[in-house]
Amino acid sequence: MAETAAELARTRPRPVPLTWLGVVPFMLFALMFLIVPATLLMIGAFQDPQGNFTLQNIANLNQPTIIKAYRTSIAISAASAFGGALIGFGIAYAVALGHVPRWIRPTMMTFSGVASNFAGVPLAFAFMATLGRTGLVTALLTSIFGINIYRYGFNLLSFGGLTLTYLYFQIPLMILIMTPAIDGLKREWREASAILGASTWQYWRMVAFPILWPSLLGAFLLLFANAFGAIATAYALTGSSLNIITILLFAQIRGDVLHDPNLGYALALGMILITGLSNGAYIWLRSRSERWMR
Amino acid sequence: MKRPVIGPWITIILGTLYFLVPLIATFEFSLRMKRGVYSFEAYRVVFGDPNFQASFTYSAVIAIAAILVGVLIVVPTAYIVQLKLPRLRPLVEFITLLPLVIPAIVLVFGYLRMYNSSSWLPLTNSVRGTDFLLTCAYVTLALPYMYRAVDTGLRAIDIRTLTEAAQSLGSSWPRILFQVILPNVRVAVLSGAFLTFAIVIGEFTMASLLNRPAFGPYLQLIGANRAYEPAALAIIAFIITWACMGLIQLFGGGRQRAARR
Repeated sequence: MAETAAELARTRPRPVPLTWLGVVPFMLFALMFLIVPATLLMIGAFQDPQGNFTLQNIANLNQPTIIKAYRTSIAISAASAFGGALIGFGIAYAVALGHVPRWIRPTMMTFSGVASNFAGVPLAFAFMATLGRTGLVTALLTSIFGINIYRYGFNLLSFGGLTLTYLYFQIPLMILIMTPAIDGLKREWREASAILGASTWQYWRMVAFPILWPSLLGAFLLLFANAFGAIATAYALTGSSLNIITILLFAQIRGDVLHDPNLGYALALGMILITGLSNGAYIWLRSRSERWMR
Repeated sequence: MKRPVIGPWITIILGTLYFLVPLIATFEFSLRMKRGVYSFEAYRVVFGDPNFQASFTYSAVIAIAAILVGVLIVVPTAYIVQLKLPRLRPLVEFITLLPLVIPAIVLVFGYLRMYNSSSWLPLTNSVRGTDFLLTCAYVTLALPYMYRAVDTGLRAIDIRTLTEAAQSLGSSWPRILFQVILPNVRVAVLSGAFLTFAIVIGEFTMASLLNRPAFGPYLQLIGANRAYEPAALAIIAFIITWACMGLIQLFGGGRQRAARR
Protein backbone atom coordinates (compact mmCIF):
# COMPACT_ATOMS: atom_id res chain seq x y z
CA MET A 1 0.00 0.00 0.00
CA ALA A 2 2.66 2.43 1.11
CA GLU A 3 4.83 1.34 -1.78
CA THR A 4 2.20 1.99 -4.41
CA ALA A 5 1.54 5.41 -2.95
CA ALA A 6 5.23 6.15 -2.96
CA GLU A 7 5.50 4.92 -6.54
CA LEU A 8 2.59 7.08 -7.58
CA ALA A 9 4.22 10.06 -6.01
CA ARG A 10 7.41 9.34 -7.90
CA THR A 11 5.82 8.76 -11.27
CA ARG A 12 3.49 11.76 -11.03
CA PRO A 13 5.35 14.55 -9.28
CA ARG A 14 2.97 17.03 -7.69
CA PRO A 15 3.25 20.61 -8.95
CA VAL A 16 4.04 21.78 -5.45
CA PRO A 17 5.82 25.03 -6.43
CA LEU A 18 2.77 26.12 -8.45
CA THR A 19 0.49 25.57 -5.48
CA TRP A 20 2.75 27.60 -3.25
CA LEU A 21 2.84 30.28 -5.92
CA GLY A 22 -0.91 30.77 -5.37
CA VAL A 23 -0.47 32.03 -1.82
CA VAL A 24 2.46 34.29 -2.71
CA PRO A 25 0.31 37.40 -3.41
CA PHE A 26 -1.41 37.02 -0.06
CA MET A 27 1.83 36.50 1.84
CA LEU A 28 3.48 39.40 0.02
CA PHE A 29 0.53 41.65 0.83
CA ALA A 30 0.55 40.57 4.47
CA LEU A 31 4.26 41.27 4.70
CA MET A 32 4.05 44.69 3.05
CA PHE A 33 0.95 46.04 4.78
CA LEU A 34 0.75 44.19 8.09
CA ILE A 35 3.86 42.47 9.33
CA VAL A 36 6.72 44.69 8.20
CA PRO A 37 5.03 48.03 9.10
CA ALA A 38 4.15 46.74 12.58
CA THR A 39 7.61 45.23 13.04
CA LEU A 40 9.30 48.46 11.96
CA LEU A 41 7.35 50.36 14.62
CA MET A 42 8.29 47.83 17.26
CA ILE A 43 11.94 48.03 16.24
CA GLY A 44 11.72 51.83 16.22
CA ALA A 45 10.56 51.73 19.81
CA PHE A 46 13.98 50.37 20.73
CA GLN A 47 16.06 52.80 18.64
CA ASP A 48 17.31 56.30 19.11
CA PRO A 49 17.07 58.79 16.19
CA GLN A 50 20.48 57.60 14.97
CA GLY A 51 19.28 53.99 14.85
CA ASN A 52 21.23 52.66 17.83
CA PHE A 53 19.64 50.29 20.31
CA THR A 54 18.20 51.97 23.38
CA LEU A 55 15.61 51.42 26.09
CA GLN A 56 15.24 55.16 26.62
CA ASN A 57 11.99 55.41 24.61
CA ILE A 58 10.32 52.83 26.81
CA ALA A 59 11.60 54.64 29.89
CA ASN A 60 10.32 57.93 28.44
CA LEU A 61 6.79 56.53 28.44
CA ASN A 62 6.89 57.19 32.17
CA GLN A 63 5.47 60.71 31.86
CA PRO A 64 2.32 61.93 33.60
CA THR A 65 0.52 62.73 30.30
CA ILE A 66 1.29 59.36 28.74
CA ILE A 67 0.57 57.31 31.85
CA LYS A 68 -2.72 59.16 32.27
CA ALA A 69 -3.64 58.62 28.62
CA TYR A 70 -3.04 54.87 28.92
CA ARG A 71 -5.01 54.80 32.17
CA THR A 72 -7.99 56.68 30.73
CA SER A 73 -7.99 54.52 27.60
CA ILE A 74 -7.89 51.33 29.64
CA ALA A 75 -10.61 52.60 31.98
CA ILE A 76 -12.97 53.63 29.16
CA SER A 77 -12.34 50.39 27.28
CA ALA A 78 -12.87 48.28 30.40
CA ALA A 79 -16.00 50.18 31.45
CA SER A 80 -17.59 50.05 27.99
CA ALA A 81 -16.58 46.41 27.55
CA PHE A 82 -17.98 45.46 30.95
CA GLY A 83 -21.23 47.37 30.41
CA GLY A 84 -21.51 46.11 26.85
CA ALA A 85 -20.86 42.52 27.92
CA LEU A 86 -23.40 42.66 30.75
CA ILE A 87 -26.21 44.35 28.83
CA GLY A 88 -25.42 42.51 25.60
CA PHE A 89 -25.54 39.19 27.42
CA GLY A 90 -28.88 40.12 28.97
CA ILE A 91 -30.38 40.96 25.59
CA ALA A 92 -28.85 37.91 23.90
CA TYR A 93 -30.25 35.70 26.65
CA ALA A 94 -33.68 37.33 26.42
CA VAL A 95 -33.71 36.89 22.65
CA ALA A 96 -32.44 33.30 22.63
CA LEU A 97 -34.20 31.77 25.63
CA GLY A 98 -36.72 34.35 26.81
CA HIS A 99 -39.86 32.91 25.17
CA VAL A 100 -40.38 36.02 23.10
CA PRO A 101 -42.02 36.04 19.64
CA ARG A 102 -39.98 34.49 16.89
CA TRP A 103 -39.57 37.63 14.77
CA ILE A 104 -37.66 39.47 17.49
CA ARG A 105 -34.52 37.40 17.08
CA PRO A 106 -33.73 38.02 13.37
CA THR A 107 -34.71 41.67 13.81
CA MET A 108 -32.36 42.05 16.76
CA MET A 109 -29.53 40.24 14.95
CA THR A 110 -29.86 42.40 11.82
CA PHE A 111 -30.01 45.54 13.89
CA SER A 112 -26.97 44.43 15.90
CA GLY A 113 -25.07 43.90 12.65
CA VAL A 114 -25.85 47.46 11.64
CA ALA A 115 -25.27 49.09 15.03
CA SER A 116 -21.97 47.28 15.67
CA ASN A 117 -20.73 48.79 12.40
CA PHE A 118 -22.23 52.20 13.07
CA ALA A 119 -19.20 53.68 14.75
CA GLY A 120 -16.75 56.43 14.05
CA VAL A 121 -17.62 60.05 13.34
CA PRO A 122 -21.38 59.65 12.65
CA LEU A 123 -21.89 57.94 16.01
CA ALA A 124 -20.41 60.98 17.72
CA PHE A 125 -22.85 63.21 15.80
CA ALA A 126 -25.79 61.07 16.86
CA PHE A 127 -24.89 61.29 20.54
CA MET A 128 -24.28 65.02 20.33
CA ALA A 129 -27.78 65.44 18.90
CA THR A 130 -29.12 63.23 21.70
CA LEU A 131 -27.21 64.05 24.87
CA GLY A 132 -25.22 67.13 23.91
CA ARG A 133 -26.01 70.46 25.57
CA THR A 134 -28.79 71.14 23.06
CA GLY A 135 -29.61 67.48 22.41
CA LEU A 136 -33.15 66.18 22.30
CA VAL A 137 -32.96 63.99 25.41
CA THR A 138 -31.19 66.74 27.37
CA ALA A 139 -33.92 69.20 26.35
CA LEU A 140 -36.74 66.76 27.10
CA LEU A 141 -35.36 65.93 30.55
CA THR A 142 -35.11 69.65 31.32
CA SER A 143 -38.57 70.60 30.07
CA ILE A 144 -40.54 67.59 31.34
CA PHE A 145 -38.79 66.59 34.54
CA GLY A 146 -36.96 69.83 35.23
CA ILE A 147 -33.67 67.94 35.40
CA ASN A 148 -30.74 69.60 33.71
CA ILE A 149 -28.29 66.70 33.53
CA TYR A 150 -25.43 69.06 32.79
CA ARG A 151 -26.03 70.83 36.08
CA TYR A 152 -25.68 67.45 37.80
CA GLY A 153 -22.21 67.05 36.40
CA PHE A 154 -22.99 65.01 33.30
CA ASN A 155 -20.80 65.82 30.34
CA LEU A 156 -20.90 64.00 27.04
CA LEU A 157 -17.30 65.04 26.40
CA SER A 158 -15.97 63.06 29.34
CA PHE A 159 -15.22 59.58 30.59
CA GLY A 160 -18.88 58.77 31.29
CA GLY A 161 -20.15 60.31 28.08
CA LEU A 162 -17.63 58.49 25.93
CA THR A 163 -18.36 55.18 27.68
CA LEU A 164 -22.10 55.66 27.10
CA THR A 165 -21.39 56.40 23.43
CA TYR A 166 -19.11 53.37 22.99
CA LEU A 167 -21.86 51.13 24.39
CA TYR A 168 -23.77 51.84 21.19
CA PHE A 169 -21.44 49.54 19.24
CA GLN A 170 -20.26 47.38 22.17
CA ILE A 171 -23.70 46.01 23.14
CA PRO A 172 -24.62 44.89 19.59
CA LEU A 173 -21.20 43.27 19.16
CA MET A 174 -21.79 41.32 22.38
CA ILE A 175 -25.25 40.25 21.15
CA LEU A 176 -23.71 39.00 17.89
CA ILE A 177 -21.02 37.00 19.71
CA MET A 178 -23.08 35.61 22.59
CA THR A 179 -26.33 34.54 20.91
CA PRO A 180 -24.71 31.51 19.22
CA ALA A 181 -22.94 30.63 22.49
CA ILE A 182 -26.22 30.74 24.41
CA ASP A 183 -27.80 28.60 21.71
CA GLY A 184 -25.11 26.06 22.56
CA LEU A 185 -26.65 25.56 26.01
CA LYS A 186 -28.52 22.36 25.36
CA ARG A 187 -32.05 22.00 26.68
CA GLU A 188 -31.15 18.51 27.94
CA TRP A 189 -28.62 19.94 30.41
CA ARG A 190 -31.27 22.07 32.02
CA GLU A 191 -33.71 19.16 32.12
CA ALA A 192 -31.10 16.81 33.50
CA SER A 193 -30.18 19.24 36.28
CA ALA A 194 -33.88 19.80 37.06
CA ILE A 195 -34.45 16.03 37.31
CA LEU A 196 -31.53 15.81 39.71
CA GLY A 197 -33.22 18.45 41.81
CA ALA A 198 -31.12 21.51 41.00
CA SER A 199 -32.60 24.96 41.44
CA THR A 200 -32.34 27.57 38.69
CA TRP A 201 -29.50 29.22 40.60
CA GLN A 202 -27.65 25.91 40.93
CA TYR A 203 -28.14 25.21 37.23
CA TRP A 204 -26.60 28.57 36.36
CA ARG A 205 -23.77 28.36 38.86
CA MET A 206 -22.77 24.76 38.25
CA VAL A 207 -23.75 24.02 34.64
CA ALA A 208 -24.44 27.03 32.44
CA PHE A 209 -21.85 29.45 33.77
CA PRO A 210 -18.88 27.03 33.73
CA ILE A 211 -19.71 26.33 30.08
CA LEU A 212 -20.29 29.96 29.14
CA TRP A 213 -17.46 31.65 31.02
CA PRO A 214 -14.78 31.23 28.34
CA SER A 215 -17.14 32.81 25.79
CA LEU A 216 -18.10 35.54 28.23
CA LEU A 217 -14.56 36.43 29.22
CA GLY A 218 -13.41 36.12 25.62
CA ALA A 219 -16.15 38.43 24.42
CA PHE A 220 -15.23 40.92 27.14
CA LEU A 221 -11.61 40.92 25.94
CA LEU A 222 -12.65 41.37 22.32
CA LEU A 223 -14.87 44.30 23.29
CA PHE A 224 -12.01 45.75 25.31
CA ALA A 225 -9.62 45.64 22.36
CA ASN A 226 -12.36 47.00 20.12
CA ALA A 227 -12.75 50.11 22.28
CA PHE A 228 -9.05 50.47 22.99
CA GLY A 229 -8.08 50.94 19.34
CA ALA A 230 -11.03 53.23 18.54
CA ILE A 231 -10.35 56.89 17.88
CA ALA A 232 -12.76 58.46 15.37
CA THR A 233 -15.75 58.66 17.74
CA ALA A 234 -13.70 60.13 20.58
CA TYR A 235 -11.93 62.58 18.27
CA ALA A 236 -15.15 63.82 16.67
CA LEU A 237 -16.82 64.08 20.05
CA THR A 238 -14.13 65.78 22.08
CA GLY A 239 -11.59 67.10 19.59
CA SER A 240 -8.23 66.63 21.23
CA SER A 241 -9.46 67.69 24.68
CA LEU A 242 -9.81 64.16 26.04
CA ASN A 243 -6.46 62.61 26.83
CA ILE A 244 -6.74 59.01 25.62
CA ILE A 245 -3.93 57.06 24.06
CA THR A 246 -5.29 56.93 20.49
CA ILE A 247 -5.85 60.69 20.44
CA LEU A 248 -2.38 61.28 21.88
CA LEU A 249 -0.84 59.05 19.21
CA PHE A 250 -2.94 60.78 16.53
CA ALA A 251 -1.63 64.18 17.63
CA GLN A 252 1.88 62.75 17.77
CA ILE A 253 1.69 61.47 14.17
CA ARG A 254 0.10 64.71 12.95
CA GLY A 255 2.39 67.19 14.57
CA ASP A 256 5.00 65.35 16.59
CA VAL A 257 3.71 66.84 19.85
CA LEU A 258 6.14 64.81 21.92
CA HIS A 259 9.08 66.15 19.87
CA ASP A 260 10.44 62.65 19.55
CA PRO A 261 9.23 60.28 16.83
CA ASN A 262 10.81 57.28 18.53
CA LEU A 263 8.69 57.96 21.60
CA GLY A 264 5.70 57.67 19.26
CA TYR A 265 6.88 54.20 18.27
CA ALA A 266 7.06 53.26 21.93
CA LEU A 267 3.47 54.50 22.37
CA ALA A 268 2.40 52.31 19.47
CA LEU A 269 4.29 49.34 20.90
CA GLY A 270 2.39 49.73 24.16
CA MET A 271 -0.91 49.72 22.28
CA ILE A 272 0.00 46.61 20.27
CA LEU A 273 0.97 44.84 23.50
CA ILE A 274 -2.34 45.66 25.18
CA THR A 275 -4.63 44.80 22.23
CA GLY A 276 -2.42 41.81 21.40
CA LEU A 277 -2.73 40.36 24.89
CA SER A 278 -6.47 40.81 25.09
CA ASN A 279 -7.07 39.47 21.56
CA GLY A 280 -4.70 36.57 22.13
CA ALA A 281 -6.57 35.65 25.28
CA TYR A 282 -9.86 35.95 23.36
CA ILE A 283 -8.69 33.53 20.64
CA TRP A 284 -7.42 31.08 23.26
CA LEU A 285 -10.66 31.24 25.25
CA ARG A 286 -12.77 30.85 22.14
CA SER A 287 -10.96 27.67 21.17
CA ARG A 288 -11.69 26.42 24.71
CA SER A 289 -15.38 27.28 24.53
CA GLU A 290 -15.84 25.77 21.08
CA ARG A 291 -15.47 22.30 22.62
CA TRP A 292 -19.00 22.70 23.99
CA MET A 293 -20.52 24.18 20.87
CA ARG A 294 -20.59 21.03 18.79
CA MET B 1 -43.57 24.83 31.74
CA LYS B 2 -44.87 28.38 31.75
CA ARG B 3 -42.47 30.85 33.24
CA PRO B 4 -42.99 34.57 33.62
CA VAL B 5 -41.67 36.31 30.51
CA ILE B 6 -41.65 39.82 31.88
CA GLY B 7 -37.87 39.98 32.48
CA PRO B 8 -36.81 39.28 28.88
CA TRP B 9 -39.38 41.77 27.65
CA ILE B 10 -38.09 44.54 29.91
CA THR B 11 -34.50 43.81 28.77
CA ILE B 12 -35.46 43.89 25.11
CA ILE B 13 -37.56 47.04 25.46
CA LEU B 14 -34.82 48.91 27.35
CA GLY B 15 -32.22 47.76 24.82
CA THR B 16 -34.41 48.83 21.92
CA LEU B 17 -34.96 52.24 23.54
CA TYR B 18 -31.23 52.75 23.97
CA PHE B 19 -30.72 52.04 20.27
CA LEU B 20 -33.69 53.94 18.90
CA VAL B 21 -33.62 57.12 21.00
CA PRO B 22 -30.31 58.43 19.57
CA LEU B 23 -31.56 57.74 16.05
CA ILE B 24 -34.84 59.54 16.67
CA ALA B 25 -33.08 62.42 18.41
CA THR B 26 -30.56 62.74 15.58
CA PHE B 27 -33.29 62.69 12.96
CA GLU B 28 -35.34 65.26 14.86
CA PHE B 29 -32.25 67.45 15.26
CA SER B 30 -31.43 67.20 11.56
CA LEU B 31 -34.88 68.63 10.70
CA ARG B 32 -34.49 71.76 12.85
CA MET B 33 -32.24 73.82 10.58
CA LYS B 34 -34.99 76.28 9.68
CA ARG B 35 -36.14 78.11 12.75
CA GLY B 36 -39.60 77.13 13.96
CA VAL B 37 -40.47 74.49 11.32
CA TYR B 38 -39.31 71.00 10.51
CA SER B 39 -37.65 70.85 7.11
CA PHE B 40 -35.15 68.82 5.14
CA GLU B 41 -33.04 71.94 4.72
CA ALA B 42 -29.96 70.35 6.34
CA TYR B 43 -30.13 67.44 3.88
CA ARG B 44 -30.51 69.85 0.96
CA VAL B 45 -27.44 71.76 2.12
CA VAL B 46 -25.45 68.55 2.59
CA PHE B 47 -26.34 67.05 -0.77
CA GLY B 48 -25.68 70.37 -2.48
CA ASP B 49 -22.22 70.69 -0.97
CA PRO B 50 -19.62 69.94 -3.67
CA ASN B 51 -17.22 68.72 -0.99
CA PHE B 52 -19.79 66.15 0.13
CA GLN B 53 -20.13 64.85 -3.41
CA ALA B 54 -16.39 64.84 -4.03
CA SER B 55 -15.41 63.17 -0.76
CA PHE B 56 -18.18 60.61 -0.95
CA THR B 57 -17.27 59.71 -4.53
CA TYR B 58 -13.61 59.47 -3.57
CA SER B 59 -14.32 57.12 -0.66
CA ALA B 60 -16.71 55.03 -2.76
CA VAL B 61 -14.06 54.61 -5.48
CA ILE B 62 -11.38 53.66 -2.94
CA ALA B 63 -13.85 51.24 -1.31
CA ILE B 64 -14.57 49.53 -4.62
CA ALA B 65 -10.86 49.33 -5.41
CA ALA B 66 -10.26 47.83 -1.94
CA ILE B 67 -13.02 45.27 -2.55
CA LEU B 68 -11.49 44.24 -5.90
CA VAL B 69 -7.97 43.94 -4.52
CA GLY B 70 -9.32 42.11 -1.47
CA VAL B 71 -11.21 39.56 -3.58
CA LEU B 72 -8.18 39.00 -5.82
CA ILE B 73 -5.99 38.29 -2.81
CA VAL B 74 -8.40 36.42 -0.58
CA VAL B 75 -10.26 34.07 -2.95
CA PRO B 76 -7.20 32.27 -4.44
CA THR B 77 -5.56 32.04 -1.02
CA ALA B 78 -8.60 30.66 0.78
CA TYR B 79 -9.16 28.22 -2.10
CA ILE B 80 -5.60 26.90 -2.19
CA VAL B 81 -5.38 26.67 1.59
CA GLN B 82 -8.56 24.64 1.73
CA LEU B 83 -7.79 22.39 -1.22
CA LYS B 84 -4.03 21.93 -1.24
CA LEU B 85 -2.30 23.44 1.75
CA PRO B 86 -4.39 22.80 4.89
CA ARG B 87 -1.08 22.92 6.81
CA LEU B 88 -0.97 26.66 6.13
CA ARG B 89 -4.43 27.28 7.59
CA PRO B 90 -3.33 28.25 11.12
CA LEU B 91 -0.77 30.71 9.73
CA VAL B 92 -3.18 32.27 7.23
CA GLU B 93 -5.94 32.55 9.81
CA PHE B 94 -3.54 34.16 12.24
CA ILE B 95 -2.51 36.72 9.62
CA THR B 96 -6.12 37.53 8.75
CA LEU B 97 -6.84 38.18 12.45
CA LEU B 98 -3.89 40.56 12.84
CA PRO B 99 -5.80 43.68 11.69
CA LEU B 100 -8.06 43.16 14.71
CA VAL B 101 -5.02 43.00 16.97
CA ILE B 102 -3.10 45.98 15.57
CA PRO B 103 -5.22 49.13 15.85
CA ALA B 104 -5.76 51.04 12.59
CA ILE B 105 -3.93 54.07 13.91
CA VAL B 106 -0.85 51.95 14.66
CA LEU B 107 -0.96 50.37 11.20
CA VAL B 108 -1.08 53.72 9.44
CA PHE B 109 1.75 54.95 11.66
CA GLY B 110 3.73 51.96 10.42
CA TYR B 111 2.88 52.83 6.79
CA LEU B 112 4.05 56.38 7.32
CA ARG B 113 7.35 55.07 8.63
CA MET B 114 7.74 52.46 5.91
CA TYR B 115 6.54 54.37 2.84
CA ASN B 116 7.53 57.96 3.62
CA SER B 117 9.30 60.19 1.13
CA SER B 118 12.78 59.10 2.19
CA SER B 119 12.10 55.35 2.19
CA TRP B 120 12.84 52.63 -0.34
CA LEU B 121 9.30 52.81 -1.72
CA PRO B 122 8.12 56.43 -1.29
CA LEU B 123 4.41 55.84 -1.90
CA THR B 124 3.38 58.96 0.00
CA ASN B 125 5.34 61.16 -2.41
CA SER B 126 2.63 61.15 -5.07
CA VAL B 127 -1.13 61.44 -4.94
CA ARG B 128 -1.64 58.17 -6.84
CA GLY B 129 0.84 56.43 -4.62
CA THR B 130 -1.00 57.59 -1.50
CA ASP B 131 -4.32 56.50 -3.01
CA PHE B 132 -2.80 53.09 -3.60
CA LEU B 133 -1.51 52.99 -0.03
CA LEU B 134 -4.96 53.94 1.31
CA THR B 135 -6.58 51.24 -0.82
CA CYS B 136 -4.19 48.63 0.56
CA ALA B 137 -4.78 49.97 4.07
CA TYR B 138 -8.51 49.39 3.61
CA VAL B 139 -7.92 45.91 2.18
CA THR B 140 -6.01 45.21 5.39
CA LEU B 141 -8.79 46.61 7.60
CA ALA B 142 -11.40 44.46 5.84
CA LEU B 143 -9.19 41.36 5.62
CA PRO B 144 -10.62 39.55 8.70
CA TYR B 145 -14.19 39.95 7.45
CA MET B 146 -13.48 39.24 3.79
CA TYR B 147 -11.42 36.14 4.56
CA ARG B 148 -13.95 34.74 6.97
CA ALA B 149 -16.84 35.31 4.53
CA VAL B 150 -15.01 33.66 1.60
CA ASP B 151 -13.67 30.79 3.72
CA THR B 152 -17.18 30.00 4.99
CA GLY B 153 -18.51 30.21 1.44
CA LEU B 154 -15.85 27.77 0.19
CA ARG B 155 -16.64 25.29 2.96
CA ALA B 156 -20.29 25.26 1.92
CA ILE B 157 -19.52 24.01 -1.61
CA ASP B 158 -17.59 20.92 -2.65
CA ILE B 159 -14.51 22.60 -4.08
CA ARG B 160 -12.64 19.31 -4.54
CA THR B 161 -15.28 17.81 -6.82
CA LEU B 162 -15.75 21.08 -8.68
CA THR B 163 -12.00 21.38 -9.22
CA GLU B 164 -11.57 17.79 -10.37
CA ALA B 165 -14.55 18.09 -12.73
CA ALA B 166 -13.11 21.26 -14.22
CA GLN B 167 -9.63 19.71 -14.45
CA SER B 168 -10.91 16.59 -16.20
CA LEU B 169 -12.59 18.87 -18.73
CA GLY B 170 -9.23 20.51 -19.32
CA SER B 171 -9.63 23.83 -17.52
CA SER B 172 -6.59 25.89 -16.70
CA TRP B 173 -6.03 27.08 -13.12
CA PRO B 174 -7.10 30.69 -13.70
CA ARG B 175 -10.20 29.41 -15.43
CA ILE B 176 -11.07 27.06 -12.54
CA LEU B 177 -10.64 29.89 -10.10
CA PHE B 178 -12.53 32.60 -11.90
CA GLN B 179 -15.15 30.70 -13.90
CA VAL B 180 -15.87 27.76 -11.59
CA ILE B 181 -15.02 28.64 -8.00
CA LEU B 182 -15.71 32.38 -7.93
CA PRO B 183 -19.28 32.16 -9.31
CA ASN B 184 -20.06 29.50 -6.71
CA VAL B 185 -18.98 31.67 -3.81
CA ARG B 186 -20.34 34.94 -5.18
CA VAL B 187 -22.80 35.27 -2.29
CA ALA B 188 -19.97 35.02 0.24
CA VAL B 189 -17.83 37.42 -1.79
CA LEU B 190 -20.71 39.89 -2.00
CA SER B 191 -21.33 39.83 1.74
CA GLY B 192 -17.62 40.41 2.32
CA ALA B 193 -17.77 43.22 -0.22
CA PHE B 194 -20.71 45.01 1.42
CA LEU B 195 -19.13 44.66 4.83
CA THR B 196 -15.91 46.14 3.42
CA PHE B 197 -17.90 49.02 1.96
CA ALA B 198 -19.65 49.70 5.27
CA ILE B 199 -16.33 49.74 7.14
CA VAL B 200 -14.42 51.81 4.60
CA ILE B 201 -16.90 54.48 3.51
CA GLY B 202 -16.73 56.62 6.66
CA GLU B 203 -13.28 55.57 7.86
CA PHE B 204 -11.53 58.51 9.46
CA THR B 205 -8.14 57.69 10.98
CA MET B 206 -6.23 56.30 8.01
CA ALA B 207 -7.62 58.73 5.45
CA SER B 208 -6.95 61.65 7.74
CA LEU B 209 -3.36 60.69 8.56
CA LEU B 210 -2.62 59.99 4.89
CA ASN B 211 -4.11 63.41 4.05
CA ARG B 212 -6.60 62.16 1.49
CA PRO B 213 -9.93 63.96 0.87
CA ALA B 214 -12.12 61.04 1.95
CA PHE B 215 -15.61 61.00 3.42
CA GLY B 216 -14.48 60.37 7.02
CA PRO B 217 -12.28 63.48 7.34
CA TYR B 218 -15.04 65.48 5.60
CA LEU B 219 -17.53 64.30 8.25
CA GLN B 220 -15.14 65.30 11.00
CA LEU B 221 -14.62 68.74 9.48
CA ILE B 222 -18.37 69.37 9.17
CA GLY B 223 -18.85 68.15 12.74
CA ALA B 224 -16.34 70.66 14.04
CA ASN B 225 -17.85 73.61 12.16
CA ARG B 226 -21.59 73.17 11.67
CA ALA B 227 -24.64 72.54 13.83
CA TYR B 228 -27.39 70.74 11.90
CA GLU B 229 -25.55 69.19 8.96
CA PRO B 230 -23.71 66.65 11.17
CA ALA B 231 -27.04 65.22 12.32
CA ALA B 232 -28.19 64.89 8.71
CA LEU B 233 -24.87 63.23 7.82
CA ALA B 234 -25.21 60.81 10.73
CA ILE B 235 -28.63 59.75 9.43
CA ILE B 236 -27.21 59.36 5.90
CA ALA B 237 -24.30 57.27 7.25
CA PHE B 238 -26.70 55.12 9.22
CA ILE B 239 -28.81 54.50 6.11
CA ILE B 240 -25.68 53.52 4.14
CA THR B 241 -24.63 51.05 6.88
CA TRP B 242 -28.16 49.71 7.02
CA ALA B 243 -28.26 49.31 3.23
CA CYS B 244 -24.98 47.34 3.23
CA MET B 245 -26.18 45.01 6.01
CA GLY B 246 -29.60 44.70 4.37
CA LEU B 247 -28.00 43.67 1.08
CA ILE B 248 -25.92 41.02 2.89
CA GLN B 249 -29.09 39.62 4.47
CA LEU B 250 -30.90 39.76 1.15
CA PHE B 251 -28.25 37.76 -0.70
CA GLY B 252 -27.64 35.42 2.24
CA GLY B 253 -31.38 34.82 2.62
CA GLY B 254 -31.68 34.12 -1.09
CA ARG B 255 -29.03 31.44 -0.79
CA GLN B 256 -30.79 29.77 2.13
CA ARG B 257 -34.04 29.66 0.22
CA ALA B 258 -32.29 28.18 -2.79
CA ALA B 259 -30.64 25.55 -0.60
CA ARG B 260 -33.94 24.50 0.91
CA ARG B 261 -35.64 24.05 -2.44
